[in-house]
Amino acid sequence: MKFLKNLGLVLLTLIVLAAWVVLPWQGAVAAVVVFVAWMFLFRSGMQARSVASVGLSTLTQRIGSSAVIVVGIAGVVGVLVALLAMAEGYAQTLRNSGSLDTAIVMRGASANEVSSSLSREDVVQIEQAPGIARDAEGKPIVSAELVAAANLPVKGSKTRDEGSAQVRGVGDAAFTVRPNVKIIEGRRFQPGLREIIVGKGVVRQFEGMTVGATLKLGNQPWTVVGVFASGDAMESELWADANVLGDTYRRGSGRNSATVKLENPAAIQAFSESLEANPQLKVKVSTTLAFFAKQSERMTQALRVIGITVGAIMAVGAVFGALNTMFAAVAARAREIATLRAIGFRGLPVVVAVMLETTLLALAGGLIGGFIAWLLFNGFEASTLSAGSVGKLSFNLTVSPGLLWEGVKWALAIGFVGGLFPAARAASLPVTTALREA
Amino acid sequence: MKYLHLIWAALFRRKLRTFLTLVSIITAFLLFGLLDAVRVGFDQAGQSANGAQRLQTGAKLSFIQLLPMSLGARISQIDGVKDVTFANWFGGAYQKPENQVFSFAVAPNYLDIYPEMEVSAEHRKAFADTKDGALIGEGLARKFGWKVGDQVPMQSTIFPDRNGSQNWPFKIVGIIHVADKKTGGWWDQSFLLNWKYFDDTTPWNQGQVGWYVTRVKDVNQADRVLKAIDEISANSDHETRTLTEQAAMSSWMKQVADINLIVTSIMGAVFFTLLLLAGNTMMQAVRERTGEIAVLKTLGFSGGSVLAMVLAESMLLLLIGGAIGLALASVIGPAVSAGSGGALNLPAAGATSWAIGIGLALLFGLAVGALPALRAMRVNITDALAGRA
Repeated sequence: MKFLKNLGLVLLTLIVLAAWVVLPWQGAVAAVVVFVAWMFLFRSGMQARSVASVGLSTLTQRIGSSAVIVVGIAGVVGVLVALLAMAEGYAQTLRNSGSLDTAIVMRGASANEVSSSLSREDVVQIEQAPGIARDAEGKPIVSAELVAAANLPVKGSKTRDEGSAQVRGVGDAAFTVRPNVKIIEGRRFQPGLREIIVGKGVVRQFEGMTVGATLKLGNQPWTVVGVFASGDAMESELWADANVLGDTYRRGSGRNSATVKLENPAAIQAFSESLEANPQLKVKVSTTLAFFAKQSERMTQALRVIGITVGAIMAVGAVFGALNTMFAAVAARAREIATLRAIGFRGLPVVVAVMLETTLLALAGGLIGGFIAWLLFNGFEASTLSAGSVGKLSFNLTVSPGLLWEGVKWALAIGFVGGLFPAARAASLPVTTALREA
Repeated sequence: MKYLHLIWAALFRRKLRTFLTLVSIITAFLLFGLLDAVRVGFDQAGQSANGAQRLQTGAKLSFIQLLPMSLGARISQIDGVKDVTFANWFGGAYQKPENQVFSFAVAPNYLDIYPEMEVSAEHRKAFADTKDGALIGEGLARKFGWKVGDQVPMQSTIFPDRNGSQNWPFKIVGIIHVADKKTGGWWDQSFLLNWKYFDDTTPWNQGQVGWYVTRVKDVNQADRVLKAIDEISANSDHETRTLTEQAAMSSWMKQVADINLIVTSIMGAVFFTLLLLAGNTMMQAVRERTGEIAVLKTLGFSGGSVLAMVLAESMLLLLIGGAIGLALASVIGPAVSAGSGGALNLPAAGATSWAIGIGLALLFGLAVGALPALRAMRVNITDALAGRA
């Protein structure tokens, strides 16, 4: 009998948790409203309220053990939110890099820009495709770009490590197709000169990236003439004149990819159909949004899996910590609960009261954990080698409201499991033994 | 030691509470075991005896830039060089460009310099004799279900053949066995093809080399040889940068992530909560035993031995939980690695992880037990027995 009851409780836990995972925040708000209404409108609800208020008012006497629940859950939520913020920040940086009204053209079967290649003739063909927006002079806005890597000294490395950064050879059109690229210090490079502008992320990660400084690409000296910001993946790159850069990298007139400005988002259809049907070209076309989203997919997925795995292991620990505390709390209040039962209180209000107490503690833990994660890690600068480029990608961790809600959801789930079993014990305590023993 | 049964009895006085606390401790150390294994894996990449003898030479400009063929002969003339090999990145993918495979076009003597890759004499001969042959790591073979004799269509994400097609057919002629997965996990996933076939097939390479690997005769000479290699091309238009295999690996790993910082922060949060949790349990345990402790003292136990017993109890609690957690990590890590088909590599917690873990368990045991133990030592017999404490 006892076994069956426990089995039932475990099943109930699983069902509630499963429902909880898919519940949107509107659902949670509705549940809270229904619950509060029950507490004030129904007799059993009012009983639950009075039992709960006794529990909450004696909370200060159990401050040490109650803190275990709050801190334990805050730890889980803090770590979870911080790790997910990494995934979120990474995905957002790449998402910002793309848009629906620009398209990128690469040679077929290329996983990224570096491994793609387009000849001068290919670029001419691309410029003639339909659907491309035109500038004031009526020329199609196509930015054929060279993509390469450069080894640069990593900032603050004691072992004089070099890291890889992506270098892009561009012309004026590159700034037209990416209007979010803004020079924040210095000026643009002059065509034909060995001048280079560096992204904000590059300045952050590599040594000596100041305006006026000389930087060596291989054995050639280049002058840094400007710093740019764009709020996306481009910030981790260095830009220079494509023709000059082509000499440095012995690439001639070949390019890696072409980014074009479309007349409107719908023009992608005509544009890609025309290029893919062209027998002289072997290229694939996608909107830049789709291109960057695809690049971030795997990494974001991996980061999320890591975050959730670590969070789940920690959550198990926190659940048992909560169980421990709540069993102790129920044991300490055994006589009081038994007295209530003896004077006619039903089991349900007692169960609800214990669970409410745990839930409130869990909620406090979740909010504290989320807040700490936001305080410490929102905007925190991180970098990694990204799948789609040949350089380090710098990004900022982003603690979004969605992530905070996810953290609170975890906290409440932990509180639910940690409170349910002690609550069930409290409700099933035989009144006579409890009164005699305690 | 003679009080062990007493400590044991005290520890399991309330089975449920001890059990619940133990589970929390176990999960904390399970996480520690898993994360520390990852950290050690990052730290130890490239740190093998064979790796210490190898130097990697790439273009100073960037890792995608190629080097001239003639450099190899000049490197091999440097005093202290045992042998030199080279390879090119092939950028192979299977079925779709996103399915990247670690694929290299390698020189005929490549395997001599990497004794970690065990290939049977028969398979090596087949590789040398088959123009379009390929050797694949066991892990890769398992991942795609390939076996010796299979014809596999690969896509190079970079190199076209002379007709402009990027589809390269290969014949699998042998399997690479890697005994030490810890330092050479990626060879298990690698795909080697003949450099000659690569260079003949694509019009793009034209006898250039991606990178050179030099094996030195004496590890202590590595620094001198490394500088001598870079001097060959100094001030030319293809300057090189040579690093020991270990330095090259650690530089890559550092670019992927600052794993130390991440692991340390997570474990900081985990252990902080653990301290609080276990401390609370010990505090409860001592509080409800005040009477018993008073009885012990009445029987003649000194304050010091009561203190020692409580400390021993909390250390034992942490030690049991820590050991079970680390043991679980040793089992789960490799199981997850195997289950992920090579996508994840979580080595079993090694000796260092165990040593650090057990050390931490003892330290936390002391920290957690300190306050309750002091309280137990100070129990006043008359007050406690009269129920006033």
